[in-house]
Amino acid sequence: MTAPAATTAPPHATSGSLLSKLEIDVRMLGMLAALAAIWIGFDVLSGGLFLTPRNLWNLSVQTASIAVMSTGMVLVIVTRNIDLSVGAILGVVGMIIGVLQVQWLPAWLGFEHWLTAPIAVVAAVLIGGAIGLFQGWLIAYLAIPSFIVTLGGLLVWRGAAWWVTTGQTVAPMDTRFKALGGGVEGALGATATWVIAAVACGLIVVALGLARRRRIRFGFPVRPGWGDAVIAVFACGAVLAAAAIANAYPLPVGTARRWAEANGIAWPEGGLIIPHGIALPVLIAIVVGLAMTFLARRRRFGRYVFAIGGNPEAAELSGINTRWTLMKVFGLMGLLCGISACISTARLNAATNAAGTLDELYVIASAVIGGTSLAGGIGTIAGAMLGALVMQSLQSGMVLLGVDTPLQNIVVGAVLVLAVFVDGLYRRRIK
Amino acid sequence: MQANGTTPLVEMRDISIAFGGIKAVDGVSVDLRPGEVVGLLGHNGAGKSTLIKILSGAYRPDAGEIYVNGEKADIGTPRDAKRYGIETIYQTLALADNIDAAGNIFLGREVLTPYGTLDDATMEAETRKVMARLNPHFRRFKEPVKALSGGQRQSVAIARAIYFNARVLIMDEPTAALGPAETQQVADLVLQLKKEGIGIFLISHDIHDVFGLADRVSVMKNGKLVGSANVADVTQDEVLGMIILGKCPPGAVPGPGAS
Repeated sequence: MTAPAATTAPPHATSGSLLSKLEIDVRMLGMLAALAAIWIGFDVLSGGLFLTPRNLWNLSVQTASIAVMSTGMVLVIVTRNIDLSVGAILGVVGMIIGVLQVQWLPAWLGFEHWLTAPIAVVAAVLIGGAIGLFQGWLIAYLAIPSFIVTLGGLLVWRGAAWWVTTGQTVAPMDTRFKALGGGVEGALGATATWVIAAVACGLIVVALGLARRRRIRFGFPVRPGWGDAVIAVFACGAVLAAAAIANAYPLPVGTARRWAEANGIAWPEGGLIIPHGIALPVLIAIVVGLAMTFLARRRRFGRYVFAIGGNPEAAELSGINTRWTLMKVFGLMGLLCGISACISTARLNAATNAAGTLDELYVIASAVIGGTSLAGGIGTIAGAMLGALVMQSLQSGMVLLGVDTPLQNIVVGAVLVLAVFVDGLYRRRIK
Repeated sequence: MQANGTTPLVEMRDISIAFGGIKAVDGVSVDLRPGEVVGLLGHNGAGKSTLIKILSGAYRPDAGEIYVNGEKADIGTPRDAKRYGIETIYQTLALADNIDAAGNIFLGREVLTPYGTLDDATMEAETRKVMARLNPHFRRFKEPVKALSGGQRQSVAIARAIYFNARVLIMDEPTAALGPAETQQVADLVLQLKKEGIGIFLISHDIHDVFGLADRVSVMKNGKLVGSANVADVTQDEVLGMIILGKCPPGAVPGPGAS
């Protein structure tokens, strides 16, 4: 819903730029260009270390947790609210499911029971969602500003995280649960990755075709056929390239040998190349992104969220139950924090009461870099996820270059401000 | 439902509402018959908009009753009002600026596909139909209404009110932000809707507007009804006297606010 004004060709347009003919979101294209520039820049500066399958694979895993939460933050900010408590919610949920699978469930099911991971995930989602709904209720029905409720929440839930084990770190996690964090257990392997990529390509083509047929049936103007073809080729190409990169990163020799032994495969002379494939947390983030986009664009709920952000009074006068909608937005945000809590706890293979510290700022920054307007009403899920990737790329790249931590923070902070400034310029120009 | 022409479409009886001790509307009664245009006049702050927001469900009155087709109606939310066929065009237009015309027209009453998703294609097709009637030059269906001109935004707000077969239409200062040509368009529309049997409350502080279109006028001052009159029975000066001085002329039925 970001700035379609600039990107939509008027009906029956005979002239116009290539981009307007293709109805491509120029903003999103700009972000992709910025990301490409960052990647190439770091690759050159690091002497070719950045654009390697290994680094890109790690980058994707590191982005997953923030990216998942940023999709919810978009909706929160679109309704002219803010959520400062996401990192603390992640912390408390992570602690609870850590204790759950290390102490409570083993006492009941025994260690490494197959039900441990599913129960932990369901618990994380439910607890996160409940916390979010409660905060949403305070905001929507008791009319306490979201800044205050979630600032309080930041302190309350961070304190609660400490309280769960009086500060003790809980480890290690259940083996199946650990797969959610990526790593060797959470890499899906080459075959599954290609299958997923093929399915994704099929869905892209079907979706484009259905949308086109629908517009033709209603006699609406459509983009030229070659335009749809170009988009399909680019989208599928990107999916297949990502799959190829994930599959170009083999397991480390020691891990591969252990895997071979465990699976009864003889270790060949020249070693065995076993690709990682896409990581489970990345797949989760992509599925969350698609689900949230569907919710935001294709469902009534999403329409209401944007209407509330565009004009709260108009939304109310249209008969929308704005309070309940707002409460659901915060509930959804909490639920996504629960998912992120699973990812980051599994990745760390430990639950600590400091997990998620400062995540609220990264999540908000991702959404804002991704084009979400703090004035409300404007923002896209895909943009926010891309914003998360931009931020993580900056940080990983600087780590790769050996930049000091304080300087890393300075750069990330400056980029945040710069991104919002450039976005503002762009918006004013298209108006 | 009574088809009897003497049964008012809408009757508001002894409506009162106070905000922080100040009676914004104090014991006001007005009514509206099918195919009738009633002008609601008064200074800024006289309570016109507040009265009308009670009818459209934005406020709940402290006292008084609303009857629709002679039956007592309970209007607590904008959704209730719409269920009774009462549609409102607000002075501010009440459009969500970041959403396109179809999104605004169907806001809160979206058409869904069998899968429960938004049926944007149907909504856009219907929008094209209704806009073809109201504003044939309208082309910007895919843009957020923020990008539209004042007149185009007004057409979207009007389309939203009439698309759902309104029986009562409330127009709050419908021409305040419009140029002469667009004002004439709105006037033509009012006459056309009147012919279709829709009752219209026309709120304005400009009595010339109202005298051209309305069958009756009701005048409010300081939250009270000064009086009501058939337009034919009073002169513009007399109505002006009602607005400014609260003086009820012989041709009008005085209300509690008459001095």
